[in-house]
Parts: sequence; C-alpha cells; structure tokens
Amino acid sequence: MAAKASLSLLRTQAFRIVLVYVLLFAFSTAALLAFTYWNTRRTLDAQTDQIIEAEIIGLSDVWQHLGLRGLAETVRERSQQSGQGLYLLSDGLRHIIAGNLDTWPRTVATPGNFVEFDYERLVDGKPESRRARGRMFALPGDFVLLVAQDVHERYLTTRMFTTTLPWTVGLILLLGLMGGALMSRNMLRRLDSINRTSGEIIAGDLTRRVPLAGSGDEFDTLAENLNRMLDRIERLMKGLREVTDSVAHDLRTPLNRLRNRLEEMASRFIAAGRDAEEVERAIAEADKLIGTFNALLLIAETDAGTTRAGMTTLDLGSVAADVVELYDPVAEERHISLVMAPPPPISIEGNRSLIAQALVNLVDNAIKYTPEGGRVTIAIAHGIAGIDVTVADSGPGIPAEDRARAVERFVRLEASRNSPGTGLGLSLVAAVAHFHNAELLLEDSVPHGLKAVLRFPHGASRTTPVKSAAE
Amino acid sequence: MRILVIEDDLEAQRYLVQGLKESGHVVDEAADGETGLSLALSRPYDVAIVDRMLPRKDGLGVVAEMREHGNQIPVLFLSALSEVDDRVKGLKAGGDDYLTKPYAFVELLARIDALMRRRMPAGVRTRLDVGDLELDLLTRAAKRSGTEIELQPREFRLLEYLMRHAGQVVTRTMLLESVWEYHFDPQTNVIDVHISRLRAKIDKGFEVPLLHTVRGAGYMIRAH
Repeated sequence: MAAKASLSLLRTQAFRIVLVYVLLFAFSTAALLAFTYWNTRRTLDAQTDQIIEAEIIGLSDVWQHLGLRGLAETVRERSQQSGQGLYLLSDGLRHIIAGNLDTWPRTVATPGNFVEFDYERLVDGKPESRRARGRMFALPGDFVLLVAQDVHERYLTTRMFTTTLPWTVGLILLLGLMGGALMSRNMLRRLDSINRTSGEIIAGDLTRRVPLAGSGDEFDTLAENLNRMLDRIERLMKGLREVTDSVAHDLRTPLNRLRNRLEEMASRFIAAGRDAEEVERAIAEADKLIGTFNALLLIAETDAGTTRAGMTTLDLGSVAADVVELYDPVAEERHISLVMAPPPPISIEGNRSLIAQALVNLVDNAIKYTPEGGRVTIAIAHGIAGIDVTVADSGPGIPAEDRARAVERFVRLEASRNSPGTGLGLSLVAAVAHFHNAELLLEDSVPHGLKAVLRFPHGASRTTPVKSAAE
Repeated sequence: MRILVIEDDLEAQRYLVQGLKESGHVVDEAADGETGLSLALSRPYDVAIVDRMLPRKDGLGVVAEMREHGNQIPVLFLSALSEVDDRVKGLKAGGDDYLTKPYAFVELLARIDALMRRRMPAGVRTRLDVGDLELDLLTRAAKRSGTEIELQPREFRLLEYLMRHAGQVVTRTMLLESVWEYHFDPQTNVIDVHISRLRAKIDKGFEVPLLHTVRGAGYMIRAH
C-alpha cells in the first residue's frame, strides 16, 4: 500500500512541478559554487605564480652574476627564512646541492610550467604532507632549480568547495523533494476527496456531493461548481427516469389490453369450434411489437445509465460459460462447433444480467449467421488495451463500411433481412458496453467471419474506479 | 384456490378476474391499494396479484404492509414500468414473483400455480418421483425404470424444476428464470432445444412419454 501511495504521489502534477524546480535550483546552486571555486582558485594561483616568477627572476640574476656557488649560497640563505618559500637546487643527476626540500618531488619532471606537488615537512615535530605549487627552471650545465610556494592553506580551502558541493546539492534535492511531497500530499488530499466523490457518483450514487473545506480557496470554488453541476445532472436523470417510466406505463397498459382482448377472442373462437389461426397470428405480431418496445426501452435505460442497481462483482468467465452452455444444444443442432477456451479468472464490476444478455445477443447472432459445419469461438483475455471478451464466427462477416451502421438501432443489413430479429441486438450490446465504460469493436475474423469484441477497461476489475493516495 | 387481484386498470382487471374464474379459482378484486390491503388483511387468500402502480397506495407499499402484519401469502407483482431495477425493488418489498405487462395469460396462470405449490408443506425432500422416473437429490442421480440416466448439471436442474412442478404447466420464461437465472428472452428458442435433448434422455425407448409440450404455453412433466 505504501509503495502504491508513493507511486501515485510521484504522478501528481504538484510533485512534478516541485521536482522540476528543485532540479533547477540544485543545478544553479552547483553552478554558482563551481564558479566561485574556479574563480577563487584562479586568483590565488595567480598571486602565487607572481611571487614565484619574481623569485626566479631574482635567482637567475644571482646565477648570472655569482655563478653556481653564489646561487647555492642564496638558495641556502632563503631556505633558512621562515615563510612559504620552497627551494631546491640540484645537478643533472638530481643530487641536491641546496634547498629546504628533502627529496626531489616525483611529479616535477620537466622545466617550464607551473605544477603542484606534495611534500613532507615537520610540523610540531611530526612529518606532515603538504601541498605546494612551483616551477622548475633549467640552468646551463644541466643544473635545475625548483622554486615553489607552500599553498596548503589555499589547497584546504578549495578542497572544502569540492567536498561540500555534492553535499549541498544532495541536501537541496532531499529537502526540496520532501517539501514537494508534503505540498503534493496536501493538494492530493483535497483532490482525492473530489475524485472519491466523482467515483461514487459514477458508480451510481447521484446523491453524493463534494465536501467543502470552508477555506474559500480555489479547491472550494471547484467543489462548489462541481456540486452545482451535480445538482443539475441529478435533476436531469430523475426527469429522464420519470419520462421512461411514464412512457413505459402509457404504452404497456394499452398493449396489455390489446393482448388480453386478442387472447379472449382466440379462446372464444376455439370454444365455438372455429379456426383461431388468424387471431393467433395477430397475437404473435403483438408479441413482436412488445418485444421491440421492451428492447428499445432497455437500450434507452442502459444507454442513459440511469440505474445502477444490480451492480456486482462478477467473474466474466463464468458468465460466458453459462451463455455457451445455454447455446450448446442449438449450435450442436446446426452442426456448428461452439467453443470457449478455459478463461483466466477475471472479475469485473458489472451488471450480470446486462452482460449475459449482451453475450447472448452476440452468440445468438454468431450462430445465426454461421453456416452449417462452421465454428463460433468465445475467448476472454487480458489485452494491452483492456479486458477483451471476443465472440468470433466463421460466417460471412460484416463489410468494413457497414460496421458502424450495424450498431445503430433498427439497422438490419441487407444480408440479414430475411432472418428473424428486431435489428436491436447489436444496439443493445453497444448500450451494455457503454454502460460499463466498455467498447464494442467489430472486426474481421480469420480467415473470414465477424469478430465482435467487448473491451472492458482494465480499471473495471477494481471495486473503486478512482485510485486514491489515502489507500 | 382463493385469489386476490389488486389492479386499477379496470379493463385489465375484468379480463384477469374472468380468466382466473374460468380456470376454477375464487377471485376477489380491488381497484386501489387501500381497499386491496384491507381485503388482504381481512380474508384468507392463497395468492395475491398486485399491480405495481396503484392509486391511494402503491403496490410496493401494499405488499410491504402486508408483510409487516405477518401476512405471508405469495404475491405476484404485475408491472407496466420499465424493468431494469423494478424487479429488484418488487422482490425486495416482499413480492415472490414479478411479471411485466403485457403478459400472456398462460404465463400468469403457470406462475400462480407455481407460487401456490410452493406454499404447500413439502418438508425436506430428497427424492422426486414421476411415474417410473426418479430423481435422487442427494446423490444427484436420475433413474427411469431402474436404468441410470446420465445428466449434465444443468439438465439435472432442468429436470428437477420440472419434477418439482409435476402436473403443472411450466413456461419457457419460468425455466429461463429459475434454471438459468436469466430475466430476458433470447431470440432463438434455446429452451426448446434443451428440452428436446432432455426428452431424448428420459423418454426415448419408453412406451409412455413423461415430458409433454403444452401448446402455446410451455412444458409439463406428468406420469399419465
């Protein structure tokens, strides 16, 4: 649960904004520190280099006027002075002639450029490795002179920069992310209550309203607007429901009387020994009319989603297996093989009766349009796009250009004019799909035939349609 | 049997009452909820047929109040309302069965017979017999004249329902509702095919058929 919560936190807009700002801030801090480091070091090095240059000029003067002996004397003198100056004079084999360094530093090999090296010195009686910066200078006769300055203090200062930099950036990132998480969590909590309410409303409880925090902020304004919208939707839904009910009542009552009278007439005919076939045909027509009306009403109600009664957690495989079992003898009678692969256990929130009815319509159609010896297959699978319930037949299929029309009400494609049916079968399937936030796709079956896919969203398999951070 | 009809559409009421009387029942009628309720509470009936929408007291209210007063007679709701969750509401209010208008009279009659049969003290039955056909509800075995009959689980339930209502007409809708739990009619006559499959198993090779088709109504299992 904790992993899930932090995952949803990462996905919030507030957190993403904070993340971008923190990264930007950390980057600029790092850049600023790096520049200060570079600049400080450059200035200090330039100072040291100037001193060394001046000394080299002075010492080469001594060399020119007093020769090696004079230079060695001067070097010895300067080495005695307490200060930052470091000197080393040696011959071509690096034998030390004069100076205050014990050994020739290994890293200093060629004359010319300024280099940095470490050397050892006794501080309070203990040897200590210190940093120096200097320049090697070649003298005629293969003699070399190293003039350097102890820059250990500068070295320590600049090293502080390089060690603090990652810590500083790390701290900025850490504190920034914590602050961001806190901020997004607060925002998320407000959004969460809105999301939870909309989830409950989508699930059918139209009486729910978004709670106000009472702070009058933009979230409250949003909640107020949503609530006003919900009031309106609730009124409209109620109105629609009343209209459907009264249409149903006002049409069914006379249809009922009509059917009663026809039945009465038929039994009178039979009692009088007359042929009641005509009347019975009229009753059959009335029943067809009633069937169409019922189907239309069911489609209208399902499409509008005015009712959420009958929503349960159901196993798609068992619903489909029941339908297959219901149609098995019919398929056998027509020498059609009706097969369903063992379905994976997939449960969704749905109306069992509506889904069963949709599957019955699809299987009924598939069997109706598949010639003898054909095959109808039903499959349930977790796809990338959703949970697919597929009914495929080996009949003639529906041409691609007619597919959109096939789902419309009362549309019966040319090829099916002569078979029985109301022309509402696929419309009901589409309405049932709509009711469950699912899709009805009509595709080609391989090698020929129609493949109808009811694609439920992945989210349908959860109890609550909205993910919340409070989980 | 004594039947109470509470229906405000007088034309439909007249037809209903007449049909029930012709079928040999004793019928009282009421045209509004109040009258219907007081009749239901003051006289002994075997079954009540109640319209969902009634003046002066809604059908749901009538049945709910009957149940509150301890009146447990079976109730069949008639409704002209749209269906999707109306059935659920009706059954929740204490109804035992639910029929949408317009209906076929044979359907109504079959359902009333089934409701009244349910009232009779049956005790816990572990075996059903019709003629030489026997169904053991514990071992889930079917035998005719001592010969074992292989049945699929659904065929067993189908046969069980028919045998529990032996001698009564059982409609296709009733079978769909109780054996398959579907409250809609598939376009193809799937039930007929299931019945003929079952018939092939229990009647084939026997001189006396037990499973009969009642024309225009449904099916009936009986010994003679």
